[in-house]
Amino acid sequence: MATSSEIPGASFRLSMLIYDTRYRSITIQIVFLFLFMAGFAWLVDNTLTNLAEKGKDIDFSFLGMRAGYDINQRLVDYTNDSSHLRAWIVGLLNTLVLAFCACVTATVIGVIAGVLRLSKNWIVSKLMTVYVELFRNVPLLLWIIVIFAVLTEVTPAPNAFRGETPSASMLLFDSVAVTNRGTYIPSLLFGRSLGDVNLGLITVSTNYFILLLVLIGSIWGYRKLQSDALKQQEATGIRPTTWWKSLLILTLPLTIALMAMGAHLEYPALKGFNFQGGGYIRNSFIAMWLALTVYTGAFIAENVRSGILAVSRGQSEAAFALGLRPGRTMSLVVLPQALRVIIPPLISQYLNITKNTSLALAVGYMDLRATLGGITLNQTGRELESMLLMMLTYLVISLVISGGMNVYNSAVKLKER
Amino acid sequence: MSDKMISFVRTEMLPEQTPPSSQVGAMRWVRENLFSGPVNTLLTLLGIAVLYFLAVHLGPWFKNSIWNADSLAECREILAGQSGACWGVIKDRWHQLIFGFYPAEEYWRPTITFFLMLVAIAPVLFGGLPRKMMWFSAIFPALAFWLLWGGSIWYSVFAMLGFVVAYVAFRALQQVSGVVAVVGAVVAAVIWWLLLAGPLGDLVASVVPVALPYIRSDDFGGFMISIIIGVTGIALSLPIGILLALGRQSDMPLVRWICVGFIEFIRGVPLITLLFTASLLLNYFLPPGTNFDIILRVIIMVTLFAAAYMAEVVRGGFAALPRGQYEAADALGLDYWKAQRLILLPQALKISIPGIVNTFIGLFKDTTLVVFIGILDPIGLSNAIRADSNWNGIIWELYAFIALCFFLFCFGMSRYSQYLEGKLKTDHR
Amino acid sequence: MKKTVFVGAMAAATTLVAGAASATVLEEVQGRGELHCGVSTGVNGFSAPDSTGEWQGFDVAICRAVAAAVLGDPNKVKFTSTTGQTRFSALASGEIDILTRNTTWTMSRDADLKFSFAGVNYYDGQGFMVNKALGVSSAKELDGATVCIQTGTTTELNLADYFKANNMTYEPVPIETNAEAQQQYLAGACDVYTTDASGLAATRATFADPENHAVLPEIISKEPLGPLVAHGDDQWGDIVRWTMNALVAAEELGITSANIEELSKGTANPEINRILGASDDDLGAMIGLDKEWAKRAISAGGNYGEIFAANIGESTPIGLARGLNALWTQGGLQYSPPFR
Repeated sequence: MATSSEIPGASFRLSMLIYDTRYRSITIQIVFLFLFMAGFAWLVDNTLTNLAEKGKDIDFSFLGMRAGYDINQRLVDYTNDSSHLRAWIVGLLNTLVLAFCACVTATVIGVIAGVLRLSKNWIVSKLMTVYVELFRNVPLLLWIIVIFAVLTEVTPAPNAFRGETPSASMLLFDSVAVTNRGTYIPSLLFGRSLGDVNLGLITVSTNYFILLLVLIGSIWGYRKLQSDALKQQEATGIRPTTWWKSLLILTLPLTIALMAMGAHLEYPALKGFNFQGGGYIRNSFIAMWLALTVYTGAFIAENVRSGILAVSRGQSEAAFALGLRPGRTMSLVVLPQALRVIIPPLISQYLNITKNTSLALAVGYMDLRATLGGITLNQTGRELESMLLMMLTYLVISLVISGGMNVYNSAVKLKER
Repeated sequence: MSDKMISFVRTEMLPEQTPPSSQVGAMRWVRENLFSGPVNTLLTLLGIAVLYFLAVHLGPWFKNSIWNADSLAECREILAGQSGACWGVIKDRWHQLIFGFYPAEEYWRPTITFFLMLVAIAPVLFGGLPRKMMWFSAIFPALAFWLLWGGSIWYSVFAMLGFVVAYVAFRALQQVSGVVAVVGAVVAAVIWWLLLAGPLGDLVASVVPVALPYIRSDDFGGFMISIIIGVTGIALSLPIGILLALGRQSDMPLVRWICVGFIEFIRGVPLITLLFTASLLLNYFLPPGTNFDIILRVIIMVTLFAAAYMAEVVRGGFAALPRGQYEAADALGLDYWKAQRLILLPQALKISIPGIVNTFIGLFKDTTLVVFIGILDPIGLSNAIRADSNWNGIIWELYAFIALCFFLFCFGMSRYSQYLEGKLKTDHR
Repeated sequence: MKKTVFVGAMAAATTLVAGAASATVLEEVQGRGELHCGVSTGVNGFSAPDSTGEWQGFDVAICRAVAAAVLGDPNKVKFTSTTGQTRFSALASGEIDILTRNTTWTMSRDADLKFSFAGVNYYDGQGFMVNKALGVSSAKELDGATVCIQTGTTTELNLADYFKANNMTYEPVPIETNAEAQQQYLAGACDVYTTDASGLAATRATFADPENHAVLPEIISKEPLGPLVAHGDDQWGDIVRWTMNALVAAEELGITSANIEELSKGTANPEINRILGASDDDLGAMIGLDKEWAKRAISAGGNYGEIFAANIGESTPIGLARGLNALWTQGGLQYSPPFR
């Protein structure tokens, strides 16, 4: 700690490496590094010896070979003729989609449950307590399996929709079919297709691209309108009526674009073994999504609750004194302040969700672990290489999430002067 | 001043009236707590609807529970088409769900170990107990190892003696220098364990045989394996976690970087990849010919995993210490290790106990993941039970039982950690 | 404070570290007095623990026969349950000496993964099971069907090939365990369940209504299932191979667990005498065992036919016919090279 003052004229002796605090830390670091490197080299040496003994080598060329297996949920083009590398990417995207969806819904559920748990309503707060404790104290894996079993056992098989008097029927004007294989929803089709653009990895429909452009344009227009209105309000004190203008800006261009491209909905219909047409969300995805949502939601609810409790009572009392209703007090005064306490644990919950998506193998969702770390590893027998790549991928995802969220965290942090 | 009566003033007290019915007792409570506004009313109705839904769908299932049946078919026969739970499977297989394939006549061993474990952790968890009990906590691991795996007791005894050897060496060398003493103690202990403990154990065992039947770790399963992995993982990860936390706070950049790298790596990958590493790769990393038991390999990886989280918890404890404590330690002229050992660590650890308990709950729940590498934990056993033709097709009863056991255990622990948090809070106000 | 658990682990480590790599597998097994055998986590009839925790089944019986031959006691086996994912690493790392887990003999597993298959204890093929209510009578009619597959096996590759070759599409539902797949199939979450035909039969046998489910006639692959050992110790491979052969030869020669004591006193058939060690030829010495190794292996659970009948044969709930697994003299493929 405290470095002794310079001793004039003291020449360097070897024993100073141990006894002199100025040099000792260097000695320790060098010894530590040496031990670390030696340990690492020992592991690498063992691995190489073991591999050589089994006649194996470290070779990543299997990534370029034909995968030969099918993946049911693919966000980019993939067939069983594609390479293992592509299977890896398909799995990675499935992981990311699941993680993203679960993060969004878990936050929503968590905030609602956390706020309601503090509600004065006895039934609601007790129900929320039961929800939080029940889900927090039972392993996630069990929840995944149970939810998947519920989806399988309780929802009807596609066969139940068949025949003269089907025992199951589609929901929402015959547009949505909930089956024990998954949920079939209508999808958007275009009468006048503008062709597809192949971006190498994915093929993007030009129609969707145009829709996206229109949407961005509308939002930009809406924000411009709002800021103009604000300016006028600041200048004259009167806020112009904008609601019908905003409505028009947000909906009209989109409607025109959709009509111009001949957009219509395609409804799922029972054909052959399954429903055909429309979109299809598999039960494996739904089960994972639901399980991650309710499980992590319970944890987030606790974070939100403690965040709210951390805001001093005076704040809500002041808000009440100003005449704000309880709902407005929560959303305008308490929650924004609680957010600073909530966000750091929230980041680690997001990281947990991302890591927990790897439990997807319990329900056969084809995520990163199931493709690269599952079938690819098993069919090629390249466990060392596959595991290494898989761990690196997860590591990069985690670091990106925590990095991004830390940036956001420092942006909303209380600026103390 | 005459005796004129003021006619509009009452002269006698009126009897007390009962408050309006909406302002007393149950009615008032209901009004204030359940129907105080439109939103609240809606929520209440929603809540009641949820409760009603659950009661209607699960009520009959619980009501028609069947405890005496030897197979699912028999249950279905008794129920005759009604919905009902078939708890016969639990009655038939509960011992497997709890003990795995541990021999039935030896069930007393894990049971005793479990209760001894409670005694051993009690002085750590509850400050009011006599400090002398810590001695039992210290010898408990060796005792538990012997009770669970069996074999000769002398190996456990001599393994424990390694710490005595280390202490003696430390004391003997302390006069020379602190660093030398630590290194000497470690070297002495390692020599003892690697060269002397085994042969001495053999020797004494041949003279005074005190032994229990040896049980292979493959026969371990069910909740027993979850608890073993969870408890050993946490106990072993604590010292490693403390060292990592110290390393992460160190002034020496190299040490800090390596510790940060390790912590972030472990926290960045899912536990399941580490378990697959334990099952697929760990043998590659060790010298040729080494072959660990799979359970030991899992414990190693789980320990590393928990250590990274533990390091963060302990770091939180250090961060919560007021700066003055560090300065005071420096002012007393204590060196680094003395300052840590006597002043900083005890305080930091005390603050960290709730966090440590929470890490333990998380780890305990995560032990279910070992099912993916073929270890028969409760979930793995539920699969094996379902593979038996008698119980083929049974689902909910097994899951409900497993969930209940986990819930009781984890809920108890989390209550404890909340109680502790509350207690610590008052300490610091 | 709990640091002391570490000692326990250290003690465990030192006792569990196996002998030096230079020892042969046979020496190692005999040294520890126990055979380490990898089996599945539970396939009815092939390997599953019963309520007392004893492993039972067709694959298990092979392990017991090997243990009887090598150690003289069919119960000196440590069964390690492996998943489709972990089985090969367990064998490669030496954690298990022999893997009998419905494993298909393929060239890449033999040459690339470096394992030796010791023979085929069950000739199988991948089939499809459907609910009869679907009205499907051929796998060619399965275009667009949802198919449940067990992951980590050759079945998913076969399936992809088959549907591609027949220009059909399908929706794969990968499932980790047999129990899970069965649940999915029975609930109608998939139209078809595909795995080895023997596995289908075993699964179907456990249904409440087996008559409503049909195994389609198409067998889309060859799945020779057999025990395997790691490359590099040919003596050990020979032991497993010839133990298997002894079981088959015993059936062919009419040696059963009932008459083995009788026959081992000497018969007119010199081959029986050689197998049972009743003559002067010492076949056991060639593989590092004693004279009566094969006798012990056969006594453990009977000959191949007896093992088959007891675990998966027609009298069991699984009810598999011998089919390809009949002896070559009865039109099957089970054939043992001569013992001489």
